[in-house]
Amino acid sequence: MATPLVVSDVAKSFTMHLRDGITLPVVAGVSFSIRAGECAVLGGPSGAGKSSILKMLYGNYAVDEGQIIVQHGSGLIDLASASPRTVLSVRRHTIGYVSQFLRTVPRVSALDVVAEPLVERGEDRESARTRARALLAQLNLPEKLWALPPATFSGGEQQRVNIARGFITEHPILLLDEPTASLDAKNRDVVVELIAAKKAAGVALLGIFHDVDVREAVADRVIDVTAFAAGKIAA
Amino acid sequence: MTDEPLLRVSALSKFYGSRVGCENVTFDLWPGEVLAVVGESGSGKTTLLNCLSTRLLPSSGTASYRMRDGQWRELYRMSEAERRFLMRTDWGFVHQNPADGLRMTVSAGANVGERLMAVGDRHYGRIRATAVDWLSRVEIDEDRIDDEPRAFSGGMRQRLQIARNLVTSPRLVFMDEPTGGLDVSVQARLLDLLRGLVTDLGLAAIVVTHDLAVARLLSQRMMVMKDGRVVESGLTDRVLDDPRAPYTQLLVSSILQV
Repeated sequence: MATPLVVSDVAKSFTMHLRDGITLPVVAGVSFSIRAGECAVLGGPSGAGKSSILKMLYGNYAVDEGQIIVQHGSGLIDLASASPRTVLSVRRHTIGYVSQFLRTVPRVSALDVVAEPLVERGEDRESARTRARALLAQLNLPEKLWALPPATFSGGEQQRVNIARGFITEHPILLLDEPTASLDAKNRDVVVELIAAKKAAGVALLGIFHDVDVREAVADRVIDVTAFAAGKIAA
Repeated sequence: MTDEPLLRVSALSKFYGSRVGCENVTFDLWPGEVLAVVGESGSGKTTLLNCLSTRLLPSSGTASYRMRDGQWRELYRMSEAERRFLMRTDWGFVHQNPADGLRMTVSAGANVGERLMAVGDRHYGRIRATAVDWLSRVEIDEDRIDDEPRAFSGGMRQRLQIARNLVTSPRLVFMDEPTGGLDVSVQARLLDLLRGLVTDLGLAAIVVTHDLAVARLLSQRMMVMKDGRVVESGLTDRVLDDPRAPYTQLLVSSILQV
């Protein structure tokens, strides 16, 4: 079986044109791969570039150098140089992403926020909602909140909506940016179960978890991001 | 998603005498895709929109459109009558000021029905039923159907303009600052409505706006313009979260946080 995600020699820096064009190097020489059914965790202190790596893998940050090869449909594509249209297609079918924060849309109910990724993939709205209900129930989100837009929810409630939205699809690759940051112990355990189910289903997962218990429960291996510190490779 | 674009724009330029309106703009637009064109006033974004919608003729460059029958046509080589027909049927144009896109002295129902009659519908009952349906989709009560838009609030007028444009099931809609001049709460409702309609109908749209939040909510792709040129383009969230061009960085850093 082909490796779903291979990252080789990726480098990223920010050029701040409003600050006399200074360049802030973030990472360089980032190389790793993730197998199907494996959960790898990006490790390292804050500011090491963990989130930047995840964002590059999702096409949210531009890549300066290197390749990000993704098994998309029956072919391989390089996300680092893909057109916006290809990136959108990869996001719809291949790579899912659970961010730290939910970007809320006015007037859309929590249930529809969760169901939306399935509807976008062409699934029938009602069956998408049925699956959304099951996930929200599993994540212990009170049923009376389902019909409300999540803008006024607490941090933990919004995060559970976000997790449900990220886990509802069957993307073969799933990126997790601190999905358990503002959850209580009971719901952290639910997320651990959800991740285990994804692994069993052959999904390749890559995540950032500051919570040691969660990390130990889900990680098959830790990728040390400090090894990719910009400047270190060139030296 | 089909593999063929709907609109192909190549090296489009418009000069007003020696002054640049827009210069050397090239892009493809696919069915169902929403492209935001952002930049400050005078950056050429409205000139570009007017050229694309053939309300203005460019100084040079080409734009081709894939007609419903699959044939590619060059927009600037079509006759005036053909372009007008396209504008009334397969395209929509939502103006910033609803008064520019509506007939203010005929009823709301007639504003919507008129576009249907332009495509040959003559059955009064059916036209009225479709008008009622569209008014409800843009959240205007049925009992306002015989009122003139003059009696509507700004937000209602804008929603009526949208209904008038979408009633003929266009495949491409041009929008010029569709939420400009509206209160924030009215804007949110309109944006949500537009977002829903665009997704449900699979519309392609080109939205000119100076509001980056509007661009983020509505579009998948974005072009940033300055002094008539495209200085940066790409996925909307990529351009906003990792702006590369100096001018885009300035725009993004100028947003006020609430």
